[in-house]
Amino acid sequence: MEAFDYLAPHSLLEAYAALGNGRRSLMLAGGTDVIVQLREDRRHCDQLIDLKHIPEMMSMKLTPEGRLEIGAAKPLAEIYEDGEIARRFPALIDSATIIGGTAIQSRASFGGNLCNASPAADSAPALMALAARLVIGSSRGTREMPVEEFFLGPGRNALQPDELLLQVIVPAQPAHSGAFYHRFIPRNEMDIAVASAGARITLDAAGERIESVRVALGAVAATPLMVAGANTAVVGKPPTAETFALAGQAAAELATPITDMRGSIAQRKHLASVLTVRALEGALLRLRENH
Amino acid sequence: MTTTERSPYKVIGTRPIRPDGVEKVTGKAQYGADVRLPGMIHGRLLRSPHAHAYIRRIDTSAAEKMPGVLAVLTHHDFPAARDEMQELGEGAVNLKELSDNILASDKVLYRGHAVAAVAALSPHQAEEALKKIVVEYEVLPPVLDVMDAMRPDAPLLSETRFTREMTGQKSEKPSNIASHLQFKSGDVEAAFAEADAIVERDYTTKMVHQGYIEPHNATASWNADGTITIWTSTQGPFVVRAQVAEVLRHPISTIRVIPMEIGGGFGGKIPIYLDPVAALLSKKSGRPVKVLMSRTDVFEASGPTSGTHIALKVGVKDGVITAVKADLAYEAGAYAGSPVGAGALMMLSPYNIENFQIDGYDVVVNKPKTSAYRAPGAPAAAFAIESALDELAHKIGADPLELRKKNTAREGTRRVDGTAFPRIGHEECVDAALNSAHYRSPIEGPNRGRGVASGYWINAGMQSSVVAAVNTDGTVNLIEGSTDIGGTRASLAMQLAETLGLPFDVIRPTVADTDSVGYNDVTGGSRTTFASGMAVHEAGLDIQRQMRERAAKGWGVAADAVSYADGRVTLKTDSETKELSFAEIAKKAASTGGPIVGRGSLTARGAGAAYATHIVDVEVDPDTGKVTILRYTAVQDVGTAIHPSYVEGQIQGGVVQGIGWALNEEYYYDDDGRMANSSYLDYRMPTALDVPMIDAVLVEVPNPGHPYGVRGVGEVPIVPPLAAIANAIADATGHRFTSLPMSPRRVVEELHGLS
Repeated sequence: MEAFDYLAPHSLLEAYAALGNGRRSLMLAGGTDVIVQLREDRRHCDQLIDLKHIPEMMSMKLTPEGRLEIGAAKPLAEIYEDGEIARRFPALIDSATIIGGTAIQSRASFGGNLCNASPAADSAPALMALAARLVIGSSRGTREMPVEEFFLGPGRNALQPDELLLQVIVPAQPAHSGAFYHRFIPRNEMDIAVASAGARITLDAAGERIESVRVALGAVAATPLMVAGANTAVVGKPPTAETFALAGQAAAELATPITDMRGSIAQRKHLASVLTVRALEGALLRLRENH
Repeated sequence: MTTTERSPYKVIGTRPIRPDGVEKVTGKAQYGADVRLPGMIHGRLLRSPHAHAYIRRIDTSAAEKMPGVLAVLTHHDFPAARDEMQELGEGAVNLKELSDNILASDKVLYRGHAVAAVAALSPHQAEEALKKIVVEYEVLPPVLDVMDAMRPDAPLLSETRFTREMTGQKSEKPSNIASHLQFKSGDVEAAFAEADAIVERDYTTKMVHQGYIEPHNATASWNADGTITIWTSTQGPFVVRAQVAEVLRHPISTIRVIPMEIGGGFGGKIPIYLDPVAALLSKKSGRPVKVLMSRTDVFEASGPTSGTHIALKVGVKDGVITAVKADLAYEAGAYAGSPVGAGALMMLSPYNIENFQIDGYDVVVNKPKTSAYRAPGAPAAAFAIESALDELAHKIGADPLELRKKNTAREGTRRVDGTAFPRIGHEECVDAALNSAHYRSPIEGPNRGRGVASGYWINAGMQSSVVAAVNTDGTVNLIEGSTDIGGTRASLAMQLAETLGLPFDVIRPTVADTDSVGYNDVTGGSRTTFASGMAVHEAGLDIQRQMRERAAKGWGVAADAVSYADGRVTLKTDSETKELSFAEIAKKAASTGGPIVGRGSLTARGAGAAYATHIVDVEVDPDTGKVTILRYTAVQDVGTAIHPSYVEGQIQGGVVQGIGWALNEEYYYDDDGRMANSSYLDYRMPTALDVPMIDAVLVEVPNPGHPYGVRGVGEVPIVPPLAAIANAIADATGHRFTSLPMSPRRVVEELHGLS
């Protein structure tokens, strides 16, 4: 590991100034990825900027309208230990509780998990299914984008060199909807997704027809994938096994996985379908339980 | 649970808290990485990025100028090694190859092969300096699979390696096949011709690692007087001493090895990797040097066990296994020395089979040099034979355990090498399995299945030496030289307490360094509780004798007039009974002849073989291919369980490693010979959440070769699980898996015809 400087700005302005000083910077939130990568020579920097002393980065707010705003460096444990958030956004908790173990979750953040831009990041398909948006800031101002547009490739995200990911915004969820996220791992813990799927299902007021679904996949392409075809395949249909199988088929067709030590192309395409169907079943179950 | 109803022992068979327990659970115990010495600096190794290449040039000049660097090392700093074999206890090693494996000389033979080393004030400075070392490689095509390596046109790891036959003959052309062995008896072809049913299959297993939690480590101080002190975690400090002496050509008596606590070994901490490097870096820098491996180093450059290919044909007639033909090819890694010989020897040992031909091939490949791993060679061989027997049982409509019982080896049955078995307990294991609540319970529900398998391990004896010094307060210091991996401080102290008729907690065991106790072979081969236990028993008898002599002298009678029992010396005559307790004699030692010290030093003979029969229930998710272990029962003949909890722990640990081997663990290589999963994230050993409580059933058929009937228990539990799980998956899915691991990927691809 090369030597680097440690900076701990106390405001966004200070952080932006540090980002503009011409040196190679990396952000430190929980550090559960970046420190390991620095130690293993997979990333290099002149300065590590700790974001945890900036109030905006550590904030969390649930608006009266039911919109959730999470500071990008907020530890996962503080999110899933909030009973009201857990009740309203169980799919978010599905992912927050499986990113690393308990010790990791007391430091790791959604912001860090997203910025690390692993195709297998557990936060991504869950947030995509929930139609979450990201707030990005720099000395030039702020901008917003849907989560699914944030990923450019393995380890690459849409941030410009002078930008910070500030907030994850989960909008109030539609009436008659339920969401679910899960992954397939060969073991039962301490593992990384071979493939994963998040799904949200919204039914009509009668609960008989599908109004829309949002299906997102992890670890089956160079970036997390939004499966638009799943919605097309099922909209207007009853929420049955046959209908869900169509969504699964759309997911498998869209997936462009690789073969590596975690799984094969054939296995991952197959899992894309299986996990999509099971995620929709899980989402439907939650929807029914809430009504 | 245990099948023994009434024990003749007072201490043996109880479950006291281990002497090293408090230090370990409070984090006070000192492991290799905890060594900190005044002035100590840090060594790191540069490793080959290529799986197979000539080293044309190494330039260390830029590294030597890096900040904090005090020493740089290459193979040129090593003395020329002798091209001869040295016995390590659980395998032997060629000294030239040992030296080349520690720091490569002319050729790198696997990715991760060490080529140079740096010592610097901080580990980070050492790592940065490594990047400045220039190595010119001439890259060669690697050969990574045992079957590929055996082809006549395969790239050769060495131009001077020829295939050695058991007769001593050598092949005409150089080959990657280092040796060929054969066990043969009867008329195999005639028996196949008459068989009712035959199963013929090819079985493969991948290279797997022991997976000990603690990485390899060594700290060395090359002292001003030319002596060397080494602190390391090892299964055998005396074997470290011997290897370091040979590699450095330094007198053995000037090397002192201090064994630290060891965070797992399973056979992998018998060879040396870092110790001579630390010693020479210390010599060059004038400082103590600590060298640690990273987890990736451990995977890429320590001693995993072989990937294997076994072609097997088995025939039965009237329910009797009449013929076996087997070709075993085992990867040795970069240098010769796979456990194929053990695999061939163990494979059929649970059974009495008249006609067999077993051929074994020891094959070098561009992977790390394999080392011992818990029952080395036996699990892959058992995977093949026990899978085939399961298929045969189905073919002939026999219960798989009844087939094993009908064909069981017993006292007098000859092993494939012709040795007749003494009293053994395989049949008792099968009977206990047949009668177990597990086997009698139904296996119900979709996608569920049950499998069984047996296994054998030979167990070792070898040399042990202990000293037991009686303190004036009636306690005893037990000085032993066997490093404690599996609770042997406890099991040895318990045997001494039993011998002396004393309570367990008055025995205070210490694992001593190589300057402080007689020679001891490695803690390996399931030998320590057995062989060091015999030495401890001998030391106890020695103390008994001295106590009888002293008491007799005080009473003015001959020593053979008094007896020792239950911690007391007794003189019984017609008129009176005189007694002295152990503590009373100990207290008066100064006035009766000085300190009382017992010794036990021996080469242990009569190691009793271990047998096991396992039952497992699984459920297979047909959509994902994931196998869940629902229930596991491991029946084992343990001879006498000295400390039943630690025996059960050994059995459970072995089973868990077997589950990992069966389901997920493998060295996953890319085409360039790079292991792609050299971390615990991607090398998927089971976690506590992946295994059920494993029910250990202790069958006690005492070993006649040990005063307390001890058989080694540590290794055989890893032998049956591979096949037992494959058999259970076959029962659950109707698909027979003959290649490991049976990972979700392979299972789902097979069930859905995906690949």
